[in-house]
Amino acid sequence: MYTQGLDAKAEQGAQPSPRLVTEQEAALQGRFQERVDAEEKIEPRDWMPEGYRRTLVRQISQHAHSEIVGMLPEGNWITRAPTLRRKVALLAKVQDEGGHGLYLYSAAETLGVSRDELVGQLLSGKAKYSSIFNYPTPTWADIGAIGWLVDGAAIMNQVPLCRCSYGPYARAMVRICREESFHQRQGYELMLALAQGTPEQKRMAQDALNRWWWPSLMMFGPSDDQSAHSAQNMAWKIKRFSNDELRQRFVDATVPQAEFLGLTIPDPELRFNAGTGHYEFGAIDWTEFNEILKGNGPCNRERIEARRKVWDDGAWVREAATAHAAKRKQRALKKAG
Amino acid sequence: MDRKDWPLFEIFIRPKNGLSHKHVGSLHAADARMALDNARDVYTRRGEGVSIWAVPAASIAASDPTEKASLFDPADDKVYRHPTFYDIPADVKNI
Ligand SMILES: [Fe+2]
Ligand SMILES: [Fe+2]
Ligand SMILES: [Fe+2]
Repeated sequence: MYTQGLDAKAEQGAQPSPRLVTEQEAALQGRFQERVDAEEKIEPRDWMPEGYRRTLVRQISQHAHSEIVGMLPEGNWITRAPTLRRKVALLAKVQDEGGHGLYLYSAAETLGVSRDELVGQLLSGKAKYSSIFNYPTPTWADIGAIGWLVDGAAIMNQVPLCRCSYGPYARAMVRICREESFHQRQGYELMLALAQGTPEQKRMAQDALNRWWWPSLMMFGPSDDQSAHSAQNMAWKIKRFSNDELRQRFVDATVPQAEFLGLTIPDPELRFNAGTGHYEFGAIDWTEFNEILKGNGPCNRERIEARRKVWDDGAWVREAATAHAAKRKQRALKKAG
Repeated sequence: MDRKDWPLFEIFIRPKNGLSHKHVGSLHAADARMALDNARDVYTRRGEGVSIWAVPAASIAASDPTEKASLFDPADDKVYRHPTFYDIPADVKNI
């Protein structure tokens, strides 16, 4: 999902080697797990295992980066939206994504990392973000497909995160999920307008679905047998469902929506299994996914360059805010003196 | 002051007139006024509130989570602080 990079096997090497656990630490860990098992929320100043803290910092910050980088492919179309109605909707959606990034950076900061550290990791290319935002948005139909499929997949993954064991993350996800449903609906409505429009508009919608379908399925991360951290994250209740479970739910929910649009999912192997009540779908091309995670997707470079430019171009605003605050303080002091 | 030193503000919002302010999240800002401006954009895009408090996080004194038991457990066995502890015959009204 937005944090799919976490699941990559390659990252296992980043784990520190196990060390001896003292008796006292073992007791704390036992108590911690009891609280998690009892569905108690863990709060910032509570004792937590180092691995739990580290996993959360990485997951929440990757999630935050994804929201921020996710503003770019859609922001690309704000000035070219076909009507004012579509324009205000897109503007509001992209603004929401910026807000989501902020809620999440704030949640990560409660774990003892600084915002600048996290932003620095993104700008240096060290941090990962969701593979989905490394695809281009060449047509207006891409805006519909992103809202419908990408935000749809995000919701599927994020609703269970509202029950994550870490309080600040869970609370941020509640706010985010409340806002996401408008994102998906505006996207689907846009697709509907195109699908019911001229033959050319319908072709555009189909083309966007063709390009976004498989990348959307990849958003859920590697399949369960390839996923490195699943068991521990489940035990810690950071994760509630496996990647494959969530992916299946997404397919089951989305295929009928595509049918309603009169569009075809680009998977010749897709079929409904009346026995299981689920859709079966073709194999995912993970080489593409892995290339993107490695930084070789169609837009990886462009995205990071855009973030760097925003950071540099915004320097004067940050400086001005600091100077303004200093001046205001000075004035207040003078008045008091 | 460098941007790195922008203080953290905890943001509280009164959802509507007559209700208490409730903690919604936090943000960094150069000063309290800008914290309020930013909180408006970040936390009230859909009519979530009628009033905002921005409180410097450094000014908040918080109880220690490891003292939870000694602070709060003593209240657990004082059932006589609750109205249901007292037996009043059903015939007695308005009490
Ligand atoms: Fe979002
Ligand atoms: Fe999103
Ligand atoms: Fe969204």
